[in-house]
Amino acid sequence: MITVRVPSPLRSYTAGAARVSAHGASVAELLAALEERHAGMRFRIIDEQDRIRPHIRIFINQSEVTTLTQPLAPGDEVHLICALSGG
Amino acid sequence: MTATLWIGTRKGAFRLRADARRRGWKLLGPQFLGHIVHHVVQDPREPRRLAMAAKTGHLGPTVYTSQDGGRTWKEAAAPPAFRKALEGEQPRAVERVFWLTPGHASEPGAWYAGTSPAGLFRSEDHGAHWAPVAGFNDHAMYPKWAAGFKTPDGELLHSIRVDPRDAQHLYLAISIGGVFESTDGGRDWAPLNAGVAADFMPDPEAPFGHDPHCLILHPLRPDRLYQQNHCGSYRLDRPAQRWVRIGERMPRKIGDIGFPIVAHPHDPDTVWVFPMDGSTVWPRTSIGGKPAVYRSANAGRSWQRLDRGLPRAQAWFTVLRQAMCADQAPRPGVYFGTTHGEVWAGARAGESWRCLVRHLPEIYSLTCAV
Repeated sequence: MITVRVPSPLRSYTAGAARVSAHGASVAELLAALEERHAGMRFRIIDEQDRIRPHIRIFINQSEVTTLTQPLAPGDEVHLICALSGG
Repeated sequence: MTATLWIGTRKGAFRLRADARRRGWKLLGPQFLGHIVHHVVQDPREPRRLAMAAKTGHLGPTVYTSQDGGRTWKEAAAPPAFRKALEGEQPRAVERVFWLTPGHASEPGAWYAGTSPAGLFRSEDHGAHWAPVAGFNDHAMYPKWAAGFKTPDGELLHSIRVDPRDAQHLYLAISIGGVFESTDGGRDWAPLNAGVAADFMPDPEAPFGHDPHCLILHPLRPDRLYQQNHCGSYRLDRPAQRWVRIGERMPRKIGDIGFPIVAHPHDPDTVWVFPMDGSTVWPRTSIGGKPAVYRSANAGRSWQRLDRGLPRAQAWFTVLRQAMCADQAPRPGVYFGTTHGEVWAGARAGESWRCLVRHLPEIYSLTCAV
């Protein structure tokens, strides 16, 4: 099970939860599992070419994700971060 | 006649609701506070339905729809998105949904959306699911028509117009790219820019690459098009193919540069524009700090300044392309929203103006609803 920390702009998809859990052996699988439970969330952070959107950062524990194929291990914590986007 | 104005702003959506005489106005909202709202549009076929184009500073673009006049909203299950790029193709991703147009009266549930970068999308189910219009987005000429020359807000596909006589007959505009027409429901397209200046290109007769700011089609005379362009204002009476520059009849010190152009709902000869300063380094403000609307009642052969009630000096706002509209009254009210967050109402077709509300966020769009 992976713990996912959800930033405030995305909590309308998680009924306000700041932390959710899901299964996945990679970031892509995790995002697919999240999408099943929290419909609409994935497209707000990943574009139609499977790229992380410009003002979104994803970390596995302390390491930034650069590709959705990056593997996950049970117990990992994934941070979805809304990076600075201006005023 | 009651009227509602939907206001899309950089920080959310608002609405102004008028009493029966359009004297008293009540501001409601915000809805989606903090969201960047580019367009809120009522469906004339089912007036309780609305669609809203939105994103946030961090999150990707989406569309919200309402079935209850804007009290509650539901996000599209499949927002506008380009198809996956094929190998070797430049991948395209929608950065913002900029424009929404309800489909033809014979196609209930149909909507069109225009995006940045330039993309045309269609929904068949009131905006819940969107699909690319391949006839445009994958047209062999698309890489030249939408060559990536960006306005400060990106390359914008806007002003999607549906001929009320024929659901297959469509127009759209790209800033920067020009006006395009389809007569087969969007399967094929052709440029429609002859006669339009493009002072930023070396070829005065270039077939595309122009910068239409706003394109309108008169609903009672659908062969009449007007265009407010980066390089002047124009009229085209189809089947003619060559635009006529009607802005040359504007006072020289005012010029014919602006963003919006609005049609009179009952008179194809009457339009309103809001000129802005397109001189020197393009301040894009009201000219001389003295805002004014100009109206032509003869299809652009002459123009009348309408500034009664507007600030007399030191008012340097801009009215963006989606931020001006007219209601359906016999002598329509005309409305504009400013980049300073003010909404102004021009009674009796713009004869006198008053400010309805101040201190809103930067206004991107203003649309009339009933």
